[in-house]
Amino acid sequence: MKGSMKFLLPLAIFLILVGFFAAGLKLDPREVPSPLINKPAPAFRLPQLGAADKTFSPEDMRGQVWLLNVWASWCSACREEHPLLMEMSRQNAVPLIGLDYKDTDADANGVLTQAGNPYKLVATDADGRVGIDYGVYGVPETYVIDKAGVIRYKQIGPITEEALRDKIMPLVKGLQ
Amino acid sequence: MMKKLMVILLLLSPLLVGAEARPLGDDPAIEARLKSLSQELRCLVCQNQTLADSSAPLAEDLRREIRELITKGMTDKEITDYLVARYGDFVRYRPPMKPQTALLWVGPGLLLLAGLGGLWFTLRKRNAQLPDDNEEGEEA
Repeated sequence: MKGSMKFLLPLAIFLILVGFFAAGLKLDPREVPSPLINKPAPAFRLPQLGAADKTFSPEDMRGQVWLLNVWASWCSACREEHPLLMEMSRQNAVPLIGLDYKDTDADANGVLTQAGNPYKLVATDADGRVGIDYGVYGVPETYVIDKAGVIRYKQIGPITEEALRDKIMPLVKGLQ
Repeated sequence: MMKKLMVILLLLSPLLVGAEARPLGDDPAIEARLKSLSQELRCLVCQNQTLADSSAPLAEDLRREIRELITKGMTDKEITDYLVARYGDFVRYRPPMKPQTALLWVGPGLLLLAGLGGLWFTLRKRNAQLPDDNEEGEEA
């Protein structure tokens, strides 16, 4: 009996290691969990793209569930998610506010004219300071913000169909 | 005459071009603090580089931000906390001791203890077996 237990020990250690490696494979080191989840969305007031006399502040969306999508004309991954954003705006499921990050108005307008504008409005963060307040480190990033102005979810990188179907839309529906 | 003037102008031109390299900031004390702080902070774009090393645009923005916070008179701890509030503990190269990071800190010690324990057990077992071997030796 004791002999057979000893024989199983390396196998047990091996299985533990496999468990660790399997868990490690699923972790993405590029995805840094945001400390802002379940915290109030940082306040800002920024000019709107295409309407220099108007500004936008998260305060304006109080009482609504909305998405803040950080994007830029120079960001190629933003083009990946763009068709999904267009689809969302067609379905009118949730207000989509853009935050144009470290970009020029001319370039941003160029992209929106060419590919379509899914946003209710776009705020322009030309020097990236609001981006720092939101912990943006890789565009595109999307925040789900609830009626009380609290960040409930952050999508790092392009929104995928799976993320939209399994995470973002169920969360938005629940919050609405 | 014209030729001489041209030659003189040509000889003088390096003086105009070769000005001293512009310092990155005006106050060397601030730059020194920025350097020591940013060596403790991770660039989130190139995650294996410090904020001091990275040339990613975000790292430049964050250095600018830190420079301004230093000018405002914030302490190193306040500045680190400012960044942790936005990017999480991941931004620090020295993670703090917290319940979530306890395994990270005590893990190596636990492994060492487990190894020492294993060694102690094996040695004791071998010691216990030694007299048997001697008896066998005497019999032979």
